[in-house]
Amino acid sequence: MRIVRNKPYLAVAVLLGFAFVLSIALGAVTIPPGNALLILLEKIPWLNVSGDWPAYYETILWNLRLPHAILVALTGAALAGSGAAFQGLFRNPLADPYLIGVASGAGLGAILIMTIPQAGRYLIPVGAFLGGLVTIIAVYRLAKVGQIVPLTTLILAGVAIGSFTAALTSFLMLVSDQMVLQAMSFLLGGSTVSGWDPLAIATPYFSVGLVLLVLSGHSLNVLQFGEEQAKQLGLQVEKVKLFIIVSASLTTAAAVSFSGVIGFIGLVVPHIIRIVWGGDYKKLIPLSIIGGAITLLVSDILARIVMAPGYLPVGIVTALVGAPFFLWILRRAKKEVFW
Amino acid sequence: MNCESQEPVLEIHSLSAAYGKKTALQDISLDVGKGEIVGLIGPNGAGKSTLIKVVSGVLRASSGEVLVHGQSIKSLSPAERARRVAVVPQARQLGGAFSVRQTVLLGRTAYLGFLGNPGEEDLEIVEWAMRETAVDILGDRKLAEISGGEQQRVLLARALAQKSEVLLLDEPTSHLDLKYQVSLLRLLRSLVKQQCLSVVMAMHDLNQVSGIVDRVAMLVNGNLRHLGKPEEVLTPEFIQQAYQTEVETFVHPITRRHYLFPKS
Repeated sequence: MRIVRNKPYLAVAVLLGFAFVLSIALGAVTIPPGNALLILLEKIPWLNVSGDWPAYYETILWNLRLPHAILVALTGAALAGSGAAFQGLFRNPLADPYLIGVASGAGLGAILIMTIPQAGRYLIPVGAFLGGLVTIIAVYRLAKVGQIVPLTTLILAGVAIGSFTAALTSFLMLVSDQMVLQAMSFLLGGSTVSGWDPLAIATPYFSVGLVLLVLSGHSLNVLQFGEEQAKQLGLQVEKVKLFIIVSASLTTAAAVSFSGVIGFIGLVVPHIIRIVWGGDYKKLIPLSIIGGAITLLVSDILARIVMAPGYLPVGIVTALVGAPFFLWILRRAKKEVFW
Repeated sequence: MNCESQEPVLEIHSLSAAYGKKTALQDISLDVGKGEIVGLIGPNGAGKSTLIKVVSGVLRASSGEVLVHGQSIKSLSPAERARRVAVVPQARQLGGAFSVRQTVLLGRTAYLGFLGNPGEEDLEIVEWAMRETAVDILGDRKLAEISGGEQQRVLLARALAQKSEVLLLDEPTSHLDLKYQVSLLRLLRSLVKQQCLSVVMAMHDLNQVSGIVDRVAMLVNGNLRHLGKPEEVLTPEFIQQAYQTEVETFVHPITRRHYLFPKS
């Protein structure tokens, strides 16, 4: 256990490697993990790896599993990273990436697209992304008082707008009977898009957002002493708040658009990281990002194999398996101050 | 070290401030010299904390100005201001998950980039500030695990790490037990004289004023009523006017310090 505590990045990197290889190996057709790894390494020219496996392994791996696994990892990373940032910004352990309405806005955007019969399925992420961003901009502007954005107002405006958009979403689902299943699946995080093309579109948003989140670690540390002290310590508090809201919302909107609304990860992963490695946001954000990727990869594997060949919405798995796991961690850590 | 200097370091010129429409400070003027401690006293709601908020740039003045070495703090960025003015808040509701060293390092924020990566010099200053306040032995302990008195010294260390000339303290002893109150104020006084800092300290215990501060400023309803040496301001008459409480003064026969007691 000591090596896990002292070498956090090594520990999460190893876990991420395992989760990733398992994710591309397991599924309706199981590829032996060793082969899966070799197929990946074979593509690296100077390694000279070769081996013997059925040709369809490569097809499944390259065309289906790999883009899927990368998107799942990015989604988990985005949710846990922005969850950690929101918990720090609001100094509230209950904060999650959806607190100020990105998810409900994205849900409404996605379902609006579903109600238009002419719109292709590929437009759903676009609608979701726009819905999420429009919601955040509305919330931010509504919460702004003069030159400052009080956090309490921000949360309340977010919750109010969130309820409003969620109600609209429910209404649209009720009046249109064909798309209930599709919409439910989106709202439970069961609509991860597949293939390389959406991944190519999503990656820039994920990368920019994740990098910005990692950069905000020091500012989040200063903010833990309250906005007043942060100002007195020399932080540009309003600019920093906007920076964090923009980066967290961008990453969350990207995650929701391409994978649906996956709950629990963004709330719980940062706490697990906190319990194990402490509350320094310079470490907490990058570790949450990797931890989120691991957690969602594992949940996604379970979601694919539990009801194979069907697919359980991964949001159900994250909560069903994640909640007991988190409670176990919480019980073990109860003596230590982690928040 | 001799802190003699003719020029005041901190100048507050006819400063007024308000919360919405409610006036909180009215036409306050006060100069603080090098190595001088000015104690702010006055009943609850008199404007002590408000004055600290305005001087530290958290609250905007409605009129008047605050100068540090002749430079208006309004014209400074938050970081520039934090290099000139540091605040020691009350040790309450601290982010308990941080270690003592991490907390003191945050005092260097005004000198660090956005990423907050400290250089050699920053780390040396952090160690120095922790030694001066005797929290160096607590370096890796978490804030939640140390006592209130120790937390208050950590916040003093964080303010020292800002390397500012002006230090503001907001009732730093109000949540401490007697032992920590006395030791904190003694530590503060020796640090201020040694580092030649200019200090404004809001205080609620009138009997700690004498012997610690050089001058006393008495605020009542947002106005500066009296300013002078402790024995000039801490008179039964002034105290009764401000606090609506009858008091008697006792002068310690050896130290000549003034102590106040409510008349029973």
